[in-house]
Amino acid sequence: MLAPQGAVEGTLEAGLQFKVRSQWSYARMRFFRHRLALLGLFGLIVIFGAGIFANYIAPGGFSKINLNDFQYLAHPSSKHLFGTDEIGRDEFNRVIWGIRTSMEVGVFVAIVSSLIGMFVGAVAGYYGGWIDNLLMRLTDLVLTLPALAILLTASALLGQGSQWRISGILVAFFWTGIARVVRGVYLSLREKEYVEAAKASGAGDMRLMFRHILPNTLGPIIVNGTLAVGTAILVEAALSFLNLGIKPPTPSLGGLINEGQANPQQWWLTIFPGFTIVLIVLCVNFVGDGLRDALDPAQRRVRA
Amino acid sequence: MPDPVLSIRDLVVEFKTEDGVVHAVDGVSYDLFPGETLGIVGESGSGKSVSTLALLGLIPQPPGRIVSGTADFKGRDLLMLKKKELRRVRGNEVAMVFQDPMTSLNPVLTVGSQLGESIKTHYPDEKKEVVKQRVIELLKLVGVPNAETRYDQYPHEFSGGMRQRAMIAMSITNSPALLIADEPTTALDVTIQAQVLEVLKRVQEETQAATILITHDLGIVAEMCDRVLVMYAGHIVESGDVETIFRSPRHPYTIGLMDSLPKVTEDEEWLRPITGSPPSLIDLPPGCPFHPRCFLARERCRQENPPLAPVEGSAHLSACHFSEELIGHKSKFSQEAVA
Repeated sequence: MLAPQGAVEGTLEAGLQFKVRSQWSYARMRFFRHRLALLGLFGLIVIFGAGIFANYIAPGGFSKINLNDFQYLAHPSSKHLFGTDEIGRDEFNRVIWGIRTSMEVGVFVAIVSSLIGMFVGAVAGYYGGWIDNLLMRLTDLVLTLPALAILLTASALLGQGSQWRISGILVAFFWTGIARVVRGVYLSLREKEYVEAAKASGAGDMRLMFRHILPNTLGPIIVNGTLAVGTAILVEAALSFLNLGIKPPTPSLGGLINEGQANPQQWWLTIFPGFTIVLIVLCVNFVGDGLRDALDPAQRRVRA
Repeated sequence: MPDPVLSIRDLVVEFKTEDGVVHAVDGVSYDLFPGETLGIVGESGSGKSVSTLALLGLIPQPPGRIVSGTADFKGRDLLMLKKKELRRVRGNEVAMVFQDPMTSLNPVLTVGSQLGESIKTHYPDEKKEVVKQRVIELLKLVGVPNAETRYDQYPHEFSGGMRQRAMIAMSITNSPALLIADEPTTALDVTIQAQVLEVLKRVQEETQAATILITHDLGIVAEMCDRVLVMYAGHIVESGDVETIFRSPRHPYTIGLMDSLPKVTEDEEWLRPITGSPPSLIDLPPGCPFHPRCFLARERCRQENPPLAPVEGSAHLSACHFSEELIGHKSKFSQEAVA
């Protein structure tokens, strides 16, 4: 498409049209060719959409009890899609609102921990030397802590709390992965000639770090951030399942399973929220994989 | 003669390595006058690039270290500037064109926005449209066709020659008083080289920037430069105006460089390389650093490093004890003498 330069300037001038296509549009093309990723994206849109529009899909909130037609521990039926729990609350409503809670936790944790990790990684990788050492040892420290034990202890000490408190605790652990990835990328990119060229044109540290290098690291950051959504939802579910997570009556998917445990005969109380968690995490991971392939074609694994 | 724009005295740059200290630049002094183009030639590792990178504080420190020297630029010593002051000089008063245009542009930013960056770095309050207009003008100046379309393109959509044009445009965005081009055409193929040099020439006429052109290609020097410095092992071994040096070189190394060029006019079977290889900069030979490879070498050369001294008028300097023997030298006898 590109004719040899210079020699044919005349013809170029004469109206050869160049199609401007950014790296992002290439990435988008690759992503949309990835079938599993599309499936995952579709699933996520449906599930998270349900969470976002919970007020419309499950009006009346998560504790609504229909007193006119009171049924507790009712089987799934057309009236109560997912059945009802032991005090007659509609399980479908609870799952939808649980999705919203879990989604909020997952997205919040992913975004905040990505930002923190990005910043720590950028500073460590860009400056190197003792700053790098200090920040990375701190990261190692957090990474070597047995996360689950600490999470349990922290949650136990703090008790059950709002979803934001749980999110905060999760963020404290989740930033490390992204920090390490970002640092690695910065370490290699800061030696690139275009960074030197930018430096030679007078750019300061901040400009080099965030304007010139950061856009080159967005690929791994986005991929990691996406996958972090799934992991955060899983961990939150685990904590809530152990009664150390989000405080009832706010429903979270893990909490719902925990409540369902009390009534093992009523399978619908555990299967539906459990299945929802599996679906969400699966979809998130499909999307994450698709993004990885789209944003980093060099690392593309061969798909059957 | 007018006052020099840049005046470097006794520049010494070292690098610490595991094997010892590398004396990359060892006592280099020269002047650069307004509007002139100064060529610096020499083999890889002769210190050509380092001597200019040092001016902008672009030498990684550590392991690099500027041991001594001054670089007077518009009444200031560049080597003594603070980091912040230096940043204001870079890309503004002193700009640089790098060797490899394929890697010197950021792959994720459009060419236009990168050029705009170098304006906004120094003039953060400039309006967006003004910056864009200026960038498009610059792209036109360096001969990028369809500048308006090209503005929004990414570097991978540019060919090598176009990228180097863009890099040149980037270097002159703020009308620098001093332009340093570090082997600007080495990474390009020959046909594109000529065009890029043409652009460089035009740009220089336009901006009247004094230019340092680092190269290992004597052909480029002959075509582009007013004066030339020949560097060897961190030292300047010969300097003078281009015509004089090409007509009557007075240092054996310069002669060796010229003889090693293939000549179109003669039917030669073999090139004539300079025998031996460049010395290790960690462990320079005593005396004249070139003596192990020199066809004139004698006892004195092994003991005494010749100073850079005028040979013919004050403008032509050579660092050779026996430069007088080279008077009237018509190239082409070098290697036999060694053998």
